Amino acid sequence: MTAAVPERPLPVFPEPDTEPFWAAAREHRLVYQVCLACGEIVFYPRRHCTGCMGGDLEWRESGGRGTIYTFTVIRQHGQPYFRERTPYVVGFIDLDEGFRMLAEIEADPAAVRVAQRVAVGWEDHAEVSIPLFRPDEAA
Amino acid sequence: MMARPAAAIAGVHEFPRRTAGGLSKLQIKAESARRALEDAGLTWSDVDAIYDAGEAGAMQGPAFAEYLGITPRVVDTTAVGGSSYEFHAAHAARDIAAGKASVALLTYGSTNRSESRAIGTRGRATAEPQPWSTMERPYGLTLIGNYALVARRHMADYGTTPEQLAEIAVTTRLHATRNPEAVAGLSDIGLRNVGEITIDDVLGSRLIADPLHLLECCIVSDGGGAVVIVSRAVAAGIRKPPVWILGTGEAVGYPGNHADITTTAAVRSGPEAFGEAGIRPDEIDVAMIYDSFTITVLALLEDLGFAKKGDGGPYVAGGRLRFDRPQDGPALNTDGGGLSSNHPGMRGIFLLIEAARQLRGESTAQVPAARLAVAHGNGGQLGTRHAAATIVLGRE
Repeated sequence: MTAAVPERPLPVFPEPDTEPFWAAAREHRLVYQVCLACGEIVFYPRRHCTGCMGGDLEWRESGGRGTIYTFTVIRQHGQPYFRERTPYVVGFIDLDEGFRMLAEIEADPAAVRVAQRVAVGWEDHAEVSIPLFRPDEAA
Repeated sequence: MMARPAAAIAGVHEFPRRTAGGLSKLQIKAESARRALEDAGLTWSDVDAIYDAGEAGAMQGPAFAEYLGITPRVVDTTAVGGSSYEFHAAHAARDIAAGKASVALLTYGSTNRSESRAIGTRGRATAEPQPWSTMERPYGLTLIGNYALVARRHMADYGTTPEQLAEIAVTTRLHATRNPEAVAGLSDIGLRNVGEITIDDVLGSRLIADPLHLLECCIVSDGGGAVVIVSRAVAAGIRKPPVWILGTGEAVGYPGNHADITTTAAVRSGPEAFGEAGIRPDEIDVAMIYDSFTITVLALLEDLGFAKKGDGGPYVAGGRLRFDRPQDGPALNTDGGGLSSNHPGMRGIFLLIEAARQLRGESTAQVPAARLAVAHGNGGQLGTRHAAATIVLGRE
């Protein structure tokens, strides 16, 4: 018998606003919402438009490319999975479609920088896939 | 200045130790309440309004009233983290102005240190999944990391340096060394060096979440306190000079898809409070600014109007915020702040307490003839969602 390997904390359900996002993530699709009434981009996912109160939101698929808006290198964490993973990079990504997302950035902590181009990648778990961003080689 | 403020701080008490020594949160709250009422020359039975952030448990409004043995007419359980007490002060002033209350009691008690809560380096536990928590939970962003996101972007946009951020920790430590309760507290919670620190000391301490170093993070203590806010009629008979609430402002902030993360909700609560008070930031003698981390202070000083957005780094440089340089602008966190005196998790009440001490001439780092102070609380997490309230205070 081996010691349990700590696992990444995953989204907890039921959570009806974001479940469609995570369902798409299982298929390695990064999705966001656009209001069909006013064009507002809505993210994190919701059931209503934050711009016009409309309820007619369309799910769209992002190309998964964006720019690092800001980041930090986590060097101390009290939770076992993250403690083992330190140092790691977390930041806000401005996706090219116009939404901003918090995510881990799998990048060298010494080389990562604001305004760096990144592209989405996927970490598969049994029930869900987690989007992570990596430096965009095509950039 | 605002013509006739309706409410004043009449009594304050800061629980003197940074370790609870076996006392419960409720006991710290009640002891602090008793001492703050004594400070004002009032008693339990005078209290007709209570304000409580719920840190001691569920249904805290009725539970704490019962615990004290009082029957308030106003119960306000606004809970917005560390800024709760600035919200409470704003609400108390409003309730008193409306004639709903005459003696308002704000209390706080925490045993975070005794419970070994690693506040800054864990993700937030969430009882129930929320849209934002499902989106953020997999990524292991700590509370400190959340503030570090703001610091990193501030550096990228404005060229702010680690040395400039460190100045804030150096200044608050200087102030702490003059405060015997802070010195004893730092020693009690295990700090080896409780004397002054330098910029090199700050930058030589280990990185917790880049670009923030250990000495840029608030301490974790036990503690508590109480503030008594009274009507003009009650203020006429209190033991010490009243500290008038001249203006208040409240706001929330969140990043959305396009917001500037370096601009906090203080950009809205500040002008509201200063406008109501009818004074300008450059008239302020003492700035009690929520110092969970160095970057918190830098961003808030800008958003409150002490420096232009982006100029906070040069503004704080060279020890400008020390208590003994009143000609250069306000003194910062003269009790030693959350960075070096007292941070049991929700520091907002201490901002009001030290501002009142300054305006009464009772601080251990007294600004000569201090006349006007601002207390600005920030609750939640600066890089994601946060609450902010600004209270402008003055003496006669």
